[in-house]
Amino acid sequence: MIQALSGQLLVGLINGSFYALLSLGLAIIFGLLDVVNFAHGAQYMLGAFVAWMAMQYLGINYWSALILVPLAVGVLGIVFEQLVLRRLYGLDPLYGLLLTFGLALVLEGIFQNAFGISGKSYPVPDLLQGGTNLGFMFLPRYRMWVVVVSIAVCFGCWFMIERTRLGAYLRAGTENPVLLQAFGVNVPLIRALTYGFGVALAAFAGVMAAPIYQVTPLMGSGVIMVVFAVVVIGGMGSIAGSIITGLGLGLIEGLTKFFYAPASDVVVFVVMALVLLARPAGLFGRQL
Amino acid sequence: MIAAGFNRAQWGYAVLVVVGLAAPFYVYPVFAMNVLCLALFASAFNLLLGYSGLLSFGHAAFLGAGGYVTLEVIRAWRLPIELAIIVGTVVAVLLGIIFGALAIRRSGIYFAMITLGFAQVVYFLVLQMPWTGGEDGLQGVSRGKLLGIVNLQGNLAMYYFVYAVFLAGFWIIHRTIHSPFGHVLRAIRENEPRAISLGYDVDRYKLLAFVISAGLSGLAGSMKALVVQSANLSDVHWHRSGAVVLMTLLGGMGTTLGPSVGALIVAALENYLASYGSWIAVITGGVFIACVLAFRRGIVGEIRALVKRSF
Repeated sequence: MIQALSGQLLVGLINGSFYALLSLGLAIIFGLLDVVNFAHGAQYMLGAFVAWMAMQYLGINYWSALILVPLAVGVLGIVFEQLVLRRLYGLDPLYGLLLTFGLALVLEGIFQNAFGISGKSYPVPDLLQGGTNLGFMFLPRYRMWVVVVSIAVCFGCWFMIERTRLGAYLRAGTENPVLLQAFGVNVPLIRALTYGFGVALAAFAGVMAAPIYQVTPLMGSGVIMVVFAVVVIGGMGSIAGSIITGLGLGLIEGLTKFFYAPASDVVVFVVMALVLLARPAGLFGRQL
Repeated sequence: MIAAGFNRAQWGYAVLVVVGLAAPFYVYPVFAMNVLCLALFASAFNLLLGYSGLLSFGHAAFLGAGGYVTLEVIRAWRLPIELAIIVGTVVAVLLGIIFGALAIRRSGIYFAMITLGFAQVVYFLVLQMPWTGGEDGLQGVSRGKLLGIVNLQGNLAMYYFVYAVFLAGFWIIHRTIHSPFGHVLRAIRENEPRAISLGYDVDRYKLLAFVISAGLSGLAGSMKALVVQSANLSDVHWHRSGAVVLMTLLGGMGTTLGPSVGALIVAALENYLASYGSWIAVITGGVFIACVLAFRRGIVGEIRALVKRSF
């Protein structure tokens, strides 16, 4: 009983870590670029797949992939921003949503053609194999690693944005890009780097997820919808808000899986409906 | 006498109505019916996106709900077809009221994300409920007889029934757009704070537009399910919600005929590419990107702009 409950809570915490990482990237991109990056799920999938391919074809191990894959996918993101996304700045944000939706379809379709829909498995790195028996439950080491690293990365992002000079530029650009540019800051460059960073964060989450979930072309699209709901619930205004909401909803999902499993797929959306009823602006949101 | 009163646009519509009457003799009737259902779906969607500025990313929920409910009430309750269509549409209207009332509490991109989330709930319900057939969907439901007289098992009879429903739905949308209500919707799209300051209860207008759109989408779904005599998960999947956005964008949002043109192109594309499997997603995505980048006004919108410039 306790064992099953704590097991589901751990799964919830892990899912929540991914929700937090992904909604954080989404919020950072939206803040500066005014673009809802629908391709975020596909880029998360890309991260997992590139890590799998790197191991399969190039023999690159998990630890190198954790650094190299986000860099590579982030660079792809910057190229996309420079060639395509840039042309939509100043238009209705709906166009950015539609454009990145198209990108998501393209990416998923390409991988589905190449690899089918069956999952590929990615081995847990040697160093993180095994786990600890806590008496009431078995705690796999890799899962603990995921939770700790995700929280550390989230906190690192929060620190960078709220407490450093670069973060100050970012916040200033979110508030008033024209004024920031008038002060001599290269706003287009910051935009490109921000998009690249957000995408790299998604790819990082993808690499982290590869040993836990099956690596499939469609792994991103299911997650992105939950992350959208997280964003609606938490509001995109606050970095800390999206981290807390992501982790919290993961836990709620885990609890639901324990008490009434069939509802676990929809519970996040039900919470979204309740939040819309009670606090239309979102838990941490400022404007409508 | 009547002809003398026609202006150029009305002549255009008259020609299109005749083309629609002749269509089943020149193209495969099931394909033509499918196009009509999708055209009605996209036109209903356009009422929301093109005229109210609300991007719903969950319209597949209404299409799918209409289809599933219509087939189920025929199968389980033995309802006659016309009643079954009404029940399917009413269910879509009710869903529209619930989803709409919640979703209009936020605007812009949040509205899109919320509708997407609600549509996922419908998807999971359809996947898990006992009567929807899960992965297999509902299959092999007979079309039956219209009003107990006209046998709809023949494709030609069914085509003209679908065509009549399409024209009625299209007429409702046309009337809505050109009514004072439609003008208020456009005012809200252009400048919401101003509409509020003029004393319009903006939320009620948005909700009504959402419910009309949802109901007509449900009607389109009912008809579509009857045409192919089946409903499956792809009808409630978010790919379908994306496809209707594409139809509207490609044809021209905020134009009367655009969504139908877009529906025709997307349906043809899906038909001809059916054997290429998942390349459809790649091509659909590519068309999406091209539309957003190169011609945001869509085909009909671009033609209209061209005509305006040259005359």
